[in-house]
Amino acid sequence: MAFRLKLIPDQTSFDFFRWQKLTFGISAFFMVASVVVLFLNGLNFGIDFRGGTTIRTESAQPVDVAAYRDALSGLDLGDVAITEVFDPGFAADQNVSQVRISAQDGTEAVTPQTIATVEEALRGIDPEMTFPSVESVGPKVSGELVQTAIYAVLASLVAISIYIWLRFEWQFAVGAIVSLFHDVLITMGIFALFQIRFDLTTIAALLTIVGYSINDTVVVFDRLRENLVKYKTRALREVMNLSVNETLSRTTMTSVTTLLALIALLVLGGDVIRGFVFAITFGIFIGTYSSVYVAKNFVLWLGVRRDKPDPKDPKARKNLSPFEGAEEV
Amino acid sequence: MLQIDRWKRILIFGICLLGLFYALPNAFYARVEAHNDAVARIEATGVETPELVAARDGWPSWMPSNLVNLGLDLRGGAHLLGEVQVTQVYKTRVDALWPELRTALAAERDTVGAIRRVEAPEGVLSVEIGNADQMPRAIEIARGFSDPVTTLTGAGQQSLAIATQGSTLTIQLSDAEKAVTDDRTIQQSLEIVRRRVDEVGTREPTIMRQGEDRILIQVPGIGSATELKELIGTTAQLTFNPVLGTTGDAEAQPGLGQFIAPSIDQEGVYYILEDSPVVTGEDLVDAMPGSDENGQPSVNFRFNPTGARAFGSYTSQNIGQPFAIVLDDEVISAPVIRSAITTGSGQISGSMNFDQANQLSVLLRAGALPAEMTFLEERTVGPELGQDSVDAGKVAAGVGFVAVVMLMILSYGRFGVFAAVALTFNMVLLFAVLSLIGATLTLPGIAGIVLTIGMAVDANVLVFERIREELRTARGPARAIELGYEKAMSAIVDANITTLIVAAILFVLGSGPVKGFAVTLTIGIVTSVFTALFVTRLITIMWFERARPKQIEV
Repeated sequence: MAFRLKLIPDQTSFDFFRWQKLTFGISAFFMVASVVVLFLNGLNFGIDFRGGTTIRTESAQPVDVAAYRDALSGLDLGDVAITEVFDPGFAADQNVSQVRISAQDGTEAVTPQTIATVEEALRGIDPEMTFPSVESVGPKVSGELVQTAIYAVLASLVAISIYIWLRFEWQFAVGAIVSLFHDVLITMGIFALFQIRFDLTTIAALLTIVGYSINDTVVVFDRLRENLVKYKTRALREVMNLSVNETLSRTTMTSVTTLLALIALLVLGGDVIRGFVFAITFGIFIGTYSSVYVAKNFVLWLGVRRDKPDPKDPKARKNLSPFEGAEEV
Repeated sequence: MLQIDRWKRILIFGICLLGLFYALPNAFYARVEAHNDAVARIEATGVETPELVAARDGWPSWMPSNLVNLGLDLRGGAHLLGEVQVTQVYKTRVDALWPELRTALAAERDTVGAIRRVEAPEGVLSVEIGNADQMPRAIEIARGFSDPVTTLTGAGQQSLAIATQGSTLTIQLSDAEKAVTDDRTIQQSLEIVRRRVDEVGTREPTIMRQGEDRILIQVPGIGSATELKELIGTTAQLTFNPVLGTTGDAEAQPGLGQFIAPSIDQEGVYYILEDSPVVTGEDLVDAMPGSDENGQPSVNFRFNPTGARAFGSYTSQNIGQPFAIVLDDEVISAPVIRSAITTGSGQISGSMNFDQANQLSVLLRAGALPAEMTFLEERTVGPELGQDSVDAGKVAAGVGFVAVVMLMILSYGRFGVFAAVALTFNMVLLFAVLSLIGATLTLPGIAGIVLTIGMAVDANVLVFERIREELRTARGPARAIELGYEKAMSAIVDANITTLIVAAILFVLGSGPVKGFAVTLTIGIVTSVFTALFVTRLITIMWFERARPKQIEV
């Protein structure tokens, strides 16, 4: 017997519905909490969505946020946010900060003068300071970006539910959409809670979570569909438990490999994409949870029609009830 | 039983080898890039310096030299999104119309009475005439300046919208003409920007139209967006110069007050031109393709009043002589003056087809930006920051890859090794496809690749887990493997199609880095399904045929 690392035993028989009320409560709590936090804290929109300028500074001297603020306070720039950036990958004399300036009132386009004055003021602190990246987004574009971002998320939710509806049944589509909504909302809640910068790449991360979560859910659904044909007389709840147990090993394995890769990126990938990677990493957890505890619970509550013939199985065809098309009550 | 036709085996291997072949240049990125640059440079200039030849020979020419395009966030450079104020052109057009219209109306002063331009919104020409009852005649005259709009949809429409109110005649561009004008303005702006940016000779800039009235400009290797803006802001030099002669010798010594300019389309032809231009591009109002009296393609152009006067007096004195249209010290065209052109509008005709006429009109207009451009978005990334990101991404991808492979081998033993081989080919194919289609790799794109590494084994995991299950019902190893693949199929297809849907939406709606992420994610899904379903399976079957195990363990 060769050695095998098994994250999950060969055969499991967890009752995933045993804690149904509790998991539902947890999910509901986090969803409500996310809405509350979103309302109270709001999202920390990056310049993609808010318009404005971010300047990355790099200096051999330690970043003194107060000094930076003093240097910029006289320039009448409105809202200025200065954050020091830490990364294990930085050299000892590499001190990085991120200066964010809100969009200037009344200017439709990006003004190079603003950037030039800011750079000049900061050079007053350290003449050797460099600006490895400067980004400006005008308010007109940022408004459009918000719009496309919302469209993108909605469009993907709709497209996925249509696909699931076509391939499975409408109950599955509802279950899937609820779990996706759950994942997206809670991830946004986390972003609002910790005030992590929310920008275009975060939207990409959200959509990736949607993709991953649905991937997980579909595998469970697929097995469920198969088992529903196989065990025609067993209770739906039992078949569901069986399906999740059967796919549990795969669900865990794939989540772990994906997490391994993402954690490598989170630790070693540099600070520029850390927020993005963090969102996806968090999403893998929640996506895995929701495919086990959210999606199929909804399908259970909605019920599934079981009297449909399996087109591949002639026996099932013969046993079909005379009341074809009647809903199971 | 487990069988794969020979031709299918060859095809699968072939695809993998081809992938390896096309992915290979990326392993020698700097060298291949130097080779590509040298080839382009030699082609453009025709000069082979020893350094260029050395760079060119650094990579064999029979090998593919397509590379994954590094995005600005990885290479460093500047990104600008400009919006062209297309409506400005309407004003220029109606203002240019006024002198001509005034002359035409003034000629009929006896009928229409005194005329005067009155105040009107921008882009509208309002003229008050003395005899309000003679308005029909005034309209008739104004209509003489209107041309049919030549578009596919706007057939039958006129270029000018003429309306009257009491004694006031208002003229503006018709909607059809506005649409045509907008399109021309953007095209012209693109052409000018391209010429400006090409002049500095940085590596492959991206200059493209985005939406109705926007232009996206991405220039790798440029220091800052501000620098790029200054570059675009400079005006191209368009002049109309008298021609003194032609020569085949580029080194010929021109006389005092003369200079030599090469022909843009005839090789080895140089024009000797008079230094002081008759008219400059600043006086050109418009140029558009049309056709001459014989129905041959031509380019129609028009000057502002000053230009028209200067051009009129020059052409009337030099009938039969050629004059040169010079753009950035190159002669675009040197037509012969057939008759005096006093109206300010002229025509260039000769041996050209409609495409060339269109091209020439674009070039003619490429003097100055036709309308102001405001910048909506600008991003600068320093080259060091980009390099840091590339390095960090490489390390992360390497570590992630090793970790995933180790977990797979620990969990599935021999089959894990098969999956690892497939994962390697997956990466190879991903890079091959990215290189072939010239996709741009961005920082989130790297994240997409790392995510692919993690998720790519999913299809394999699904199959392996399924084989494990089938083995439990003791059907014999061959049957278990076969059933494992068969039964996992629908889950793999459904799971990947849904992810593909998301990636497609990201691609359509995303911009910049997000699009880059969508590209790597999409290709990653396709290649991972291919490698999991075909490559791993082929390896498994080949092993199985050789070893004929009585028992397998997954």
